[in-house]
Amino acid sequence: MNRRLCIILTAVVLVTAGAIATFAAGPGDPKPVSQSGGLWTDKDGAPTYDIGKDGTIDWGTFVGYLRYNDTCLRCHGPDGAGSSYAPDLTQALQQISYAQFIADVAGGIKAVNTAQQLVMPAFSEDKNVMCFIQEIYSYLRARSTGAVNRGRPAKTAPDPKGFDEASYKCLGIPQ
Amino acid sequence: MKRNGILLGCATLGVLACLSLTAPTAIGQNTTNGTSNAPAAAPSVSGPSVAQEAANPDNWAMPSLNDAATRYSPLKQINTGNADQLQVAWTFSTGVLRGHEGQPLVIGNVMYLVTPFPNNVFALDLSHGERIIWEYTPTQNPDVIPVMCCDTVNRGVAYGDGEIILHQADNSVVALDAKTGKEVWKTPLASYKEGATGTDAPLVVGNKVLVGVSGGEFGVQGFLAALDIKDGHIIWKAFSEGPDDQILFDSKTTSLGKPVGADSSLKTWKGDQWKIGGGDTWGWYSYDPKLHLVYYGSGNPSTWNPNQRPGDNKWSMTIFARDIDTGVAKWVYQMTPHDQWDYDGVNEMILANLTVDGHEVPALVHFDRNGFSYVLNRETGELIAAHKYDPSVNWATGIDMNKSSPTYGRPEVVAKYAPGSNGVSVNYAGICPAALGNKDEQPAAFDPQTQLFYVPTNHVCMDYEPYPVAYTAGQPYVGATLSMFPGPGGYMGRFIAFDPVTGKTVWHIDDQFSDWGGALTTAGGVVFYGTLKGYLQAVDAKTGKLLYSFKTPSGIIGNVMTYMHDGKQYVAVLSGVGGWAGIGLAAGLTDPHAGLGAVGGYAALKNYTTLGGQLTVFALPGK
Repeated sequence: MNRRLCIILTAVVLVTAGAIATFAAGPGDPKPVSQSGGLWTDKDGAPTYDIGKDGTIDWGTFVGYLRYNDTCLRCHGPDGAGSSYAPDLTQALQQISYAQFIADVAGGIKAVNTAQQLVMPAFSEDKNVMCFIQEIYSYLRARSTGAVNRGRPAKTAPDPKGFDEASYKCLGIPQ
Repeated sequence: MKRNGILLGCATLGVLACLSLTAPTAIGQNTTNGTSNAPAAAPSVSGPSVAQEAANPDNWAMPSLNDAATRYSPLKQINTGNADQLQVAWTFSTGVLRGHEGQPLVIGNVMYLVTPFPNNVFALDLSHGERIIWEYTPTQNPDVIPVMCCDTVNRGVAYGDGEIILHQADNSVVALDAKTGKEVWKTPLASYKEGATGTDAPLVVGNKVLVGVSGGEFGVQGFLAALDIKDGHIIWKAFSEGPDDQILFDSKTTSLGKPVGADSSLKTWKGDQWKIGGGDTWGWYSYDPKLHLVYYGSGNPSTWNPNQRPGDNKWSMTIFARDIDTGVAKWVYQMTPHDQWDYDGVNEMILANLTVDGHEVPALVHFDRNGFSYVLNRETGELIAAHKYDPSVNWATGIDMNKSSPTYGRPEVVAKYAPGSNGVSVNYAGICPAALGNKDEQPAAFDPQTQLFYVPTNHVCMDYEPYPVAYTAGQPYVGATLSMFPGPGGYMGRFIAFDPVTGKTVWHIDDQFSDWGGALTTAGGVVFYGTLKGYLQAVDAKTGKLLYSFKTPSGIIGNVMTYMHDGKQYVAVLSGVGGWAGIGLAAGLTDPHAGLGAVGGYAALKNYTTLGGQLTVFALPGK
């Protein structure tokens, strides 16, 4: 849960510092290196997925699937596949770094001109997004590489101890 | 002003000003801008009442055609014998790409239509090559775009007393002079910064403009407001939930024939949850001039996680009958107490006199998202009939019709399909219908000749997994993961001819995708509707036989309308795929319960159609 708070603060700093343009494109090698609290990270410390030989997906990526559906689906469509309203994230995620992803989600995106009116809101104040932003990233990263198919993942690793408590605490609601 | 005077002025004002003042036939000659009008200084306008204009069968003067919202036109030049000869008479690009719900109005020689955000309004001259008489372009903060759940749609403008009324996205209601497009008044309602937006078509009744509010996925406390058509001031505002002085209930307000008593709403919520409790009112409104009652429904309680809001959550998911002058509720009926599926109750209330057990009843007929059609006595609120109108409905076995039962009028819920029954973080699988309902906002039509209702429906099911969410003003407040998939049979839509008294489906046309375009029925015996692939379909009202089909440039989520001009009948529909249909179906749905081979096997809407707002108008050949 400290990590969650840290992510929220980092996001705010990234946005306010305007550091967006300095990151390299693409998410890099998704190979999982270390795991903490059910969430895997790659060699650069960015969240990633871990898929077992029998197709079992790690807990963090599954939580990402759930929370993607909570807030992101209403514009980006089922399974990050895009809609008539917002871009296909399985394509978009291939083009940007984790830091860029955090900056876009926290700070929002505006493309309003004569040809289009696309506006993604800033989610930096939205705990339902920011408490689970790492998990949402692992899920979309897995979708963008094709490691996770469309629909609800069939097999999921068990939830790690203390996950529910940490979630409620981060959300600021009584359990 | 004389042309010479303008030209003289141009010399001193400069070339730019001159161009805009003197181009006599340029498109947008009389363009008005939302920011350029002096607020409140505009003189009031006058003109025939909406009732006068709606009485002329050549017009389409109200969003739902009439007070009763029947969408039945007495026009019959186009009939079952000649509908196969229909052809495109003219087309018009709206210049906007997003989802185009709703329908144009036609009053005399002028057609009025509104686009999705930024909500440009056009007045087209039907007597002079559909020339643009005026265009109104509101100035709205684009930050409103992402708080519009499920696309920046608008379901149409309304007319009354010489004004065109627009409920724009940022939740302002604007009255325009129907002749010039100039702003007459503008009234802001709830703030879009807290997630409250405008998508509905207003209903004008006499000197009142009735509007609701969208924002059920942002915890907005829903309301219906009545504004004075002369100056826009709010005459009354009735919330869906809260204390009695906010919901405008009194000691005479009844539900199923019994007084509801004091604090009927507050008693059904935990703590202050009602303040962010949804019950939004973004659908359609109808009116009975004899009873002086306005009818509409309220939407889902917020959040989608039912465990965070124990109780019946009254009066979300409710049909309201309110006095037009005071707003006080005469009767209410909650269809889906303690919603666990997002079955908003906002769909249209069609007022029709039906024969029940040999007697004519002043009925209100409603096809709810929850898959049941309801017939109520619109005078008393008595429940007459409730039937499943899609065979897949499984979340409830039926509605308790036993008047002596303690659960009279309530759905008989099946626990395994009720996401509040066994706590959070459980996946409740195989629920039918899905959250978009067996029918969403796309209106049905009632034909007094056949006594049947023509209903565009969705045939989609879902898995539903609720979990805890936090509330932040202006941010989404959802709290569930939904996986939708095609209903039994593998298709997603049905257009049905239905008798809600008996529950009998007389005929049906199955569709690969949901049928998300509103229906029109006519005295010519022809029923019209549009499909998500973009087809305008004309079918025989009696048999369902397809008489004519034409593929318009984009998927249809708009409602078909008709009018008569210079002795010729026209049929018109807006294309422009989007809305919840475009979001949910663009990439196709997969069935998690089908075998592996079927995953991804269902067609994606994006393989058939793409964005683009266009009006297509049809007529028979010849003069």
